[in-house]
Amino acid sequence: MNHTRLETRWQRWRFVLPALLWTVAFFVVPFVFMVVMSLWHRIGGKIVATWNLDNYSNFFAKPHLIKALLNSIEISLSVTVISLLLAYPLAWIIAERVPVRWQRTALILAVLPFWTSYVVRSYAWLLVLAKQGIVNTFLLDTGIIVEPLAIASSRYATVIGFVHFFVMLLTLTIYANLKQLSPNYARAAADLGAGPWRTFWHVILPLTLPGIMVGAFLTFVLCIGDYITPKILGGSNELVLPQVIMLQIGRRADFPNAAALSILLMMVVTLAYVVCARWLKMERT
Amino acid sequence: MDTRRLTARIAAGLGVMCLFHSGSALAAGSINALVWCDHTDAEFIRPFEEANDVKVNLKEFEGTGAALSILEQSQPGDWDVLIIDGVDVPKLAKDGVLASHPEEALPISDIWPEVLLEQNHKIDGKWYGMTELFGYNTIAYNKDKVDPADMLDMTTLWGDKYKGRMAVYDWHTPMIGLVAMGLGKKTAELGEADLPEIKETLFKLKDNTAQFTDVVASQTALATGEVDILFGGGEWLTGVLSQEMPNLDWVLPKQGGLMWSQSVTTLADAGNPEMALKFMQYILSPEGQARLATSSCYWAMPANMKTGDKLNDQQKAALRWDQQADYLANSQLYPVVDAELDEKMEDLWTEMQQR
Repeated sequence: MNHTRLETRWQRWRFVLPALLWTVAFFVVPFVFMVVMSLWHRIGGKIVATWNLDNYSNFFAKPHLIKALLNSIEISLSVTVISLLLAYPLAWIIAERVPVRWQRTALILAVLPFWTSYVVRSYAWLLVLAKQGIVNTFLLDTGIIVEPLAIASSRYATVIGFVHFFVMLLTLTIYANLKQLSPNYARAAADLGAGPWRTFWHVILPLTLPGIMVGAFLTFVLCIGDYITPKILGGSNELVLPQVIMLQIGRRADFPNAAALSILLMMVVTLAYVVCARWLKMERT
Repeated sequence: MDTRRLTARIAAGLGVMCLFHSGSALAAGSINALVWCDHTDAEFIRPFEEANDVKVNLKEFEGTGAALSILEQSQPGDWDVLIIDGVDVPKLAKDGVLASHPEEALPISDIWPEVLLEQNHKIDGKWYGMTELFGYNTIAYNKDKVDPADMLDMTTLWGDKYKGRMAVYDWHTPMIGLVAMGLGKKTAELGEADLPEIKETLFKLKDNTAQFTDVVASQTALATGEVDILFGGGEWLTGVLSQEMPNLDWVLPKQGGLMWSQSVTTLADAGNPEMALKFMQYILSPEGQARLATSSCYWAMPANMKTGDKLNDQQKAALRWDQQADYLANSQLYPVVDAELDEKMEDLWTEMQQR
């Protein structure tokens, strides 16, 4: 009896074990090492095990570092909201208005920019938004402006570059959610006298919230961790936290400080997850 | 002989051939070098590889911190050659990271005396490295868009005339040194007491700056016309573009420029120390110097004075070969500060960017 129970338990575990080992080896162990590293210091060119929270208190004592975190949050939130506003209608058009036989083509076209490296894409945007880029040239040639606009090397440029990328991601997650919805929901709402707008607001939108939130969370996480796009398109006129982390490593090999800043960034991401999960009650599904 | 046996014999024969082939590759040897992008130019590397029947494996890095972290994560013998800022050589030498070389192995008498930097390279009577290239962090500009006379005075850059038309090289150490020179300070004497005045000037500079750029972005910004001035730029920025874009130029203002230098070193635990030294000697030879000084990544002044014979007139003009005596006399070295002051300087720089 006991032998059978043990065997059943082992059968359950053996399917989980590879994934568990993978997670422990490539997430838990590095994460613990990073936490430990964040408590150490680089002194006299060497990393010394000092075991204190100085790297964290140092962060909160320096307003320009706090501003880097706030910049990261502001940019990521702006990108998430703008991308959502653009991606939802796009996903809806592809799912509901494009004939079924063309939907695959439409999706491929929508995700086509994914096939390019995001560094190349960022430099391409730089050429579009630069003083002598397509946008300024058009506006100058048509007489709409007399002086070129300073779009490149600004937060606007960073947000534009990010939005271009993440609209595709959100379109995919929302489209998948829309396609799973039975058309009977809309029909039932119409039978009960609801117009198209009311049906969307009270039926379709709530039912597609999981897709929206998964996409929004992914957008926020990927955006807040990126330092390449802000560097290329933002012109380093303001720094986001990942740029500051890279400076600690690249300029001073200060891994302990970089680890502490990374943990703080992870805490923001965790908070974002908690907000998403609680709102959607993901833990109950 | 049946087909299967024939196939097996051919496979075995090919295997033996492969073994011999790989054996000969091993006999030729290889070295591993941690370098900056100028050393990755095939025109520079190939002649050495062909002459010595050796493979040079190159890994690029940016910044001393990155190099140190790579070394810390490596096994002894992984790396043979290291290219690094001249100011960082003494510390690595004292830590036992670098190998020393006999005086006669290096072309010491051929190096410009001002860039020999004995205080960096010679420790306890032993040579641990040698300057290979040098140049200036100063002012690079587009002479079609900017009055060249204005560029002779650094303080113009924190006035209003070129507001929004300039980029600043994004590295706190040289740029704070350069601003300090603009304020009449000596970079060698820079201390914490100087920071408030420098901060005030940096904030004015930020108001005029369109963007902060690394090496590649600096070239892009100036070449595409996004900015007209690159504060912190020099021959390393405009030299490589000098043929296609002769309108891009650089100058040392009356306050002078900050001289940078990069040194070639070999590692104490190099796996192939003889070949590493040969590579070092190639880099310092007039032929190697000329190729390296005009690499496809960036140009710089060769440290070996005899290189002049290997450069053409256009290359010499772009590098200001004939003006080096005056330029060297009017330049200062990077500030050498302790870790505490370096952190304060970096904080100041970040604070300025976040303003």
